Amino acid sequence: MTQLALVIDLNVCVGCHACVTNCKEWNTSGPAGPLVDLNPYGKNPTGTFFNRVQTYEVGEFPNTETVHFPKSCLHCEEPPCVPVCPTGASYKRKEDGIVLVDYDKCIGCKYCSWACPYGAREFDEHQRVMKKCTLCVDRIYDTTLTDEERRPACVRACPTSARLFGDIHDPESEVSRAIRENGGYQLMPEWGTQPANHYLPRRKTQIRLREDELERADNPLKIDRQLPKPAQAEPALDDVTSW
Amino acid sequence: MTQHSVQEVKKTTCYMCACRCGIRVHLKDGEVRYIDGNPNHPLNKGVICAKGSSGIMKQYSPARLTRPLRRKSTAERGAGEFEPISWDEAFAILEERLGKIRATDPKKFALFTGRDQMQALTGLFARQFGTPNYAAHGGFCSVNMAAGLIYTIGGSFWEFGGPDLDRAKLFVMIGTAEDHHSNPLKIAISQFKRNGGRFVSINPVRTGYSAIADEWVPIRPGTDGAFLLAVIHEIIEKGLYDRDFLVRYTNAGQLVNCDEEDDEFGMFLRTEVPEEEACYDPQDKLWWDRKTNRPVVTHSEGADPCLLGEFEINGTKVKPAFQLLVERVKDYTPEWAEGVTGIPAATIRRLAYEMGVTARDQKIELPIAWTDAWGKEHETVTGNPVAFHAMRGLAAHSNGFQTIRALGILMSILGTIDRPGGFRHKVPFPRPIPPCARTPNHPNAVQPNKPLDGMALGWPADPDDLFVDEAGNPVRIDKGFSWEYPLSVHGLMHNVITNAWRGDPYRIDTLMIFMANMAWNSTMNAVEVRKMLNDKDENGEYKIPFIVVADAFQSEMTAFADLILPDTTYLERHDVMSLLDRPISEFDGPVDAVRIPVLPPLGECKPFQEVLIELASRLKLPAFVTKEGKRKYRDYPDFIVNYETEPGSGIGFLAGWRGKGGEKHLRGEPNPNQWEMYAKNDCVFHYELPKSYQYMRNWNQGYLEWSQRNRITRYAEPILIHIYSEVLMRFRQAARGKGFSRKPPAHLAKRVETFFDPLPFYYDPLEAQVTDRHKYPLAAVTQRPMAMYHSWDSQNAWLRQIHAHNVLYVNTHTARINGIEDGDWIWVESQWGKVKCIAKHSEAVEPGTVWTWNAIGKAAGAWNLAPDANESQLGFLLNHLISEELPSCERGSDRRVSNSDPITGQAAWYDVRVRIYKADEKVGAGETARTEPQFAPLKPYPGQPERKSIWNYFAGKNQ
Ligand code: SF4
Ligand code: SF4
Ligand code: SF4
Repeated sequence: MTQLALVIDLNVCVGCHACVTNCKEWNTSGPAGPLVDLNPYGKNPTGTFFNRVQTYEVGEFPNTETVHFPKSCLHCEEPPCVPVCPTGASYKRKEDGIVLVDYDKCIGCKYCSWACPYGAREFDEHQRVMKKCTLCVDRIYDTTLTDEERRPACVRACPTSARLFGDIHDPESEVSRAIRENGGYQLMPEWGTQPANHYLPRRKTQIRLREDELERADNPLKIDRQLPKPAQAEPALDDVTSW
Repeated sequence: MTQHSVQEVKKTTCYMCACRCGIRVHLKDGEVRYIDGNPNHPLNKGVICAKGSSGIMKQYSPARLTRPLRRKSTAERGAGEFEPISWDEAFAILEERLGKIRATDPKKFALFTGRDQMQALTGLFARQFGTPNYAAHGGFCSVNMAAGLIYTIGGSFWEFGGPDLDRAKLFVMIGTAEDHHSNPLKIAISQFKRNGGRFVSINPVRTGYSAIADEWVPIRPGTDGAFLLAVIHEIIEKGLYDRDFLVRYTNAGQLVNCDEEDDEFGMFLRTEVPEEEACYDPQDKLWWDRKTNRPVVTHSEGADPCLLGEFEINGTKVKPAFQLLVERVKDYTPEWAEGVTGIPAATIRRLAYEMGVTARDQKIELPIAWTDAWGKEHETVTGNPVAFHAMRGLAAHSNGFQTIRALGILMSILGTIDRPGGFRHKVPFPRPIPPCARTPNHPNAVQPNKPLDGMALGWPADPDDLFVDEAGNPVRIDKGFSWEYPLSVHGLMHNVITNAWRGDPYRIDTLMIFMANMAWNSTMNAVEVRKMLNDKDENGEYKIPFIVVADAFQSEMTAFADLILPDTTYLERHDVMSLLDRPISEFDGPVDAVRIPVLPPLGECKPFQEVLIELASRLKLPAFVTKEGKRKYRDYPDFIVNYETEPGSGIGFLAGWRGKGGEKHLRGEPNPNQWEMYAKNDCVFHYELPKSYQYMRNWNQGYLEWSQRNRITRYAEPILIHIYSEVLMRFRQAARGKGFSRKPPAHLAKRVETFFDPLPFYYDPLEAQVTDRHKYPLAAVTQRPMAMYHSWDSQNAWLRQIHAHNVLYVNTHTARINGIEDGDWIWVESQWGKVKCIAKHSEAVEPGTVWTWNAIGKAAGAWNLAPDANESQLGFLLNHLISEELPSCERGSDRRVSNSDPITGQAAWYDVRVRIYKADEKVGAGETARTEPQFAPLKPYPGQPERKSIWNYFAGKNQ
């Protein structure tokens, strides 16, 4: 069975928000839209975004990591937001595992958003229905688009290619391989929600320099006649040993 | 599931920032449905950023200006009271006023432009008008980065060149936050990391790109020069420099006259060989040959110069330039640098070794044969895979030029210039050091009814190139190219208003500003500058009599206009990213691009290019009219197709599809269908150089000749790297009263002598030198966030939700010492002013630095935001704390100098020193908690779109 999902590589995400606004731009004029903006030019503007990026500092100066963390609906395999819905508006598709909301059935009771441990659902205060990431279901099956275009908007936009998209149940897929090979992990697995989206952790590259790599036979100072020598005045064993 | 019915897809070039990615604009019923990256574009390869994806909200922003506006005669300037007028009236006003100025004293018209990317046209207009008073924003942006590197290696970062991350193994980013540039750098850094490269970021703050660095090295602002000099020290001390590279490709081995008594002290020794014709930098300097132990002409066959030592020629003491560098960095030890930068000496050493050993031991050999400028054939191209990137963090300090010289020298001693895995040029660079363009050097170049005799901006090579009068006084209003800022190659836009207001060096009549927010975030000392803008003289006349602002959006600046000209958005106009300007070239060859309108202009908006061409035709500026004085160009697209730099030169704004049928590239007759051909080809022209011309271009015979043949450069001589800068030495000489060139006025001699050091040195930023460091212990800097381009996007409903207000980030420990809790309202105070803002604790900033996002804070009502919008109530502008001038260092003088680099005039934004203390209010303690200073709220102007309170944007259903 297919489970479509995003795998987000925190090793390269620079927190640029391209995925945030490109998602909004695609979806506001599509079947999942509009994505309302309240007070767009006034005090405390708020709007519906299916995808948001948070930034955290981890550790203490100077050993600080700044982590950019994009988050959208994780399309849980055991989504608590589905059974709590009284009207069946919140559902998970059998064929590809995408979790969706049927706006026509939604009564705006918000049970699902209380049930979601990830805060991934976005209530549209204007239309008074629940909205959320659709994995761009209107793009990925659109046969009028090219293969390259049949991917979620956020994935295509991301300048660092930090967002991978595919079937995590297919062990040969790019996403499964990325999870396997790079220590991909789920968010709060202890909740038993089995989020389909995964994250790849930071990975560090270091250079290990060995002492003997510093000086080499072809050191140009030999040519320029200035190979560093200890100063004459520096103490030597010669001065103090007499056996 | 194909419910969406996108009707049209049009290609053009993004302009939500200066990066210029290729985009596809999807339209539905005439409204923008979606903007995505163009997968065929060489720059962004299909990706797009947060700004680019929010173009819709710029297009439909309520801040847009839609009609020409004139300040109401009853209203004070700055009050923002306007009445709509027709374009005919607007042009009539300008024609009359500018016509009179041109017929009497053209320099009384000043044209200064912001991040506009059409400097080739605006510059041409100004020059044809005859005014020297023209520049774009470079002087307050990163001119130090341009000048510091171009005067050293003949190229620089961003549009001019960049790190080759495709092949680098170690990448050191210093003083870069997230701009300059945007998508290409994001793409490159992420691929670099995936390929296992090591990424080190040196920055006072860890945000943006630094966040994903393998190592973050916090540094105190303004001390980068100390770090770089110490690294150079270590690399030389351990013998990790690339000797072969230095010998052949730089002036390291050239002998410098070290006889202090000699008139030629500090200059290179030269042979008597007669200069070849048309030689810019003749190869007539000397080496001391190691093998024969005598002086020889550089690059003599079989010779190998001593890089170290001291010699004598005809009784004159001489030393190789490299010896002087070694002497210079002798005391710049890591231990010394630790005290200045805050970086532990052991870390500096380790980083130096990482750079040196990676460069030496991980060499790349590409099987590409090429011939060098001395005729020697090479079978391969070698690379030392250590790449650097740096930007405003180094540039925006008053010691930035010398710091950046140090960076250029570090990159050079590691042997990384225009080589795989190092730094690579982008056409039209490399250019000679310095490039050939010059300003006039005499006030007579400004004559009524005549074009300026020379360029308004150029590259001085010695004091005789300065644009000053007999007494050494500046000719330009910004004092560019004067003894105060001799190498101000991008002008000093940041001093125009202050100078014009004070009448120093003179008064002007009309100031035209295009796309620059000079009453707010693009000005230092914003509170006072705003007063200057509407200050009057004793006769009740404005000290700056007439201000014209051309912009697409209402801003703090438009409020001070007497006449507002509504520009279009980037989706509504033609534009060119030209090789004559700042193109978008790639490492492998020149690239230029165009914008083609995808939407009709809103209301009466008119592209500023059309305004200039109309005005130029009306004023009969020679390049824009026929001999009979008739208009030559129908409109801007027609101008772009048909204009040639000289009649028949075959060089125009666009390099692609030239020649009658579009069969030629780079040079060729005008092609009437050029725009169509760009449109068919993704709006971009990319010329890929043969592989053998893609590297080592400073010294690559094939490339240099190609470049000369295509009139990209005038000369095909090798461009040796200036480890030792004789250009700077010429100025120092003049300041010492030596040599034949002009001499500085007495009061500036010391300044020129001090700063025009031919080798990089470290000095405290000038502001720090006139600041009580105990009273103002902290450095305050800004960074530009990835989702906002300077002040451009607070009007953007989506982007402002990401950054609606800014806070001051303070290291947690520093905050606590000052009794400041997270979220407290505080005062930040410099010796020039104070601002109230919200403090935020952070572990990602070094303890001596506070910082905030640039240009998020706005004046109330500006950009047509509601007067109570977060931008003006919670957000703040750091510029209020920064002075545009400093007291001169001369004792007993009341002279002021620009708060700028003394060499280039680069605005020293990042030099300001502050202290912080708690304000009385608490956040949420009531409505009174808001930022200060405050200004009277601006009102919307006639013709501005409605400011919606709820917006359900859905393309095709909005109207
Ligand atoms: S677009 Fe990519 S790099 Fe930018 S915030 Fe989203 S995931 Fe991160
Ligand atoms: S992330 Fe939240 S909204 Fe999405 S499926 Fe899981 S529980 Fe439901
Ligand atoms: S980086 Fe973003 S805003 Fe800048 S040109 Fe590219 S897409 Fe546009």
